[in-house]
Amino acid sequence: MERAEDAGVYKLNDDLAIVQTIDFFTPIVDDPYTFGQVAVANALSDVYAMGGRPLTAMNIVCFPVKTMDISVLREILAGGLDKMREAGVILVGGHSVEDQELKYGLGVTGVIHPAKVVFNTGARVGDKLILTKPLGTGIINTALKGGMADEKAVAKSISCMVTLNRTASELMMEVDVHACTDVTGFGLLGHACEMIEGTNVGMAVYSSAVPVFPEAKEFATMGLIPAGTYGNKEFRLHMVEVATDISSDMLLILFDAQTSGGLLISVPSPGAEELLKKLHDEGIGEAAIIGEIVAQPKGKIIIK
Amino acid sequence: MVEVDVRGFSCPIPVVRTKKAIDENPNEIITVLVESAVSKENVSRLAQSRGYSVKVEETPGGYHLLLGPPGE
Repeated sequence: MERAEDAGVYKLNDDLAIVQTIDFFTPIVDDPYTFGQVAVANALSDVYAMGGRPLTAMNIVCFPVKTMDISVLREILAGGLDKMREAGVILVGGHSVEDQELKYGLGVTGVIHPAKVVFNTGARVGDKLILTKPLGTGIINTALKGGMADEKAVAKSISCMVTLNRTASELMMEVDVHACTDVTGFGLLGHACEMIEGTNVGMAVYSSAVPVFPEAKEFATMGLIPAGTYGNKEFRLHMVEVATDISSDMLLILFDAQTSGGLLISVPSPGAEELLKKLHDEGIGEAAIIGEIVAQPKGKIIIK
Repeated sequence: MVEVDVRGFSCPIPVVRTKKAIDENPNEIITVLVESAVSKENVSRLAQSRGYSVKVEETPGGYHLLLGPPGE
């Protein structure tokens, strides 16, 4: 395999391929039940990003059994299981180990028609780019860690992170799309770079059209920016051309490491407006067209 | 002069401790010792958002930030 995809796809026959992915991490919110939900929404997202339907899952647990009450684990697993039920995914097993630091996540198996797999490359000139969730969860989570986030900001961020990308994925599969990925640890621009790196197309991102939690802007100004977000910027800045009127805060938000972020979908132009309307009609109100695929400069992103 | 030594701490702790020092010592110059470039950036952002001037000096083990209160 030459490219980084969201999940592994294995063709079983002409009509059926399996999609497999695994994801687990340390808690990003205080409440164990909520953490379980976020971890599952995040793990399933890689299957949704490829247009697949997740069917079964296996729990992965690392738990500090000597220092943490086992009821915490029970709550995490309950949150995870409820989210799997919502997704129509069946938990078929799992594995746990003792660890000094708590971690939870899933291995997921889904299905997809082999001819309908949506890869993260394949975007064509003229495509519009739709982002389905606002940015800023990494920054808000950092503010939360520092005890500086108000309840309202945290509630908004959590509600975003526990939202499955299922509906967005299903609606995406109803129209003709060229490429899709989910926005997670590398931030919007990091994942956007993967879409165009080494290809014959470039990308324009209209920063004022990108949905962002207002609180994330405020916290970014206060310096509550996670190290991973700076790392994302450092890693990909050579692929990005930034207009002079884009603030350094905004640029960092565009690189902010997201947990269980939205889908970034590249759609041919007439279908893009149709898909956006469907997303809004189905309650994905923050979805927006944030940019487009351009011919020049190839393999680069222009931020306007 | 107030000193905040947050070497060995990762974000958001340097920002949280610097904010506390600013809140408790208005109008005073505050020195912050940080280890990483990330902490240097984040503490600078906080200080600037509060109207402080920021002078950064690179030291062998990190950075030395001198935060001057607004209006000085």
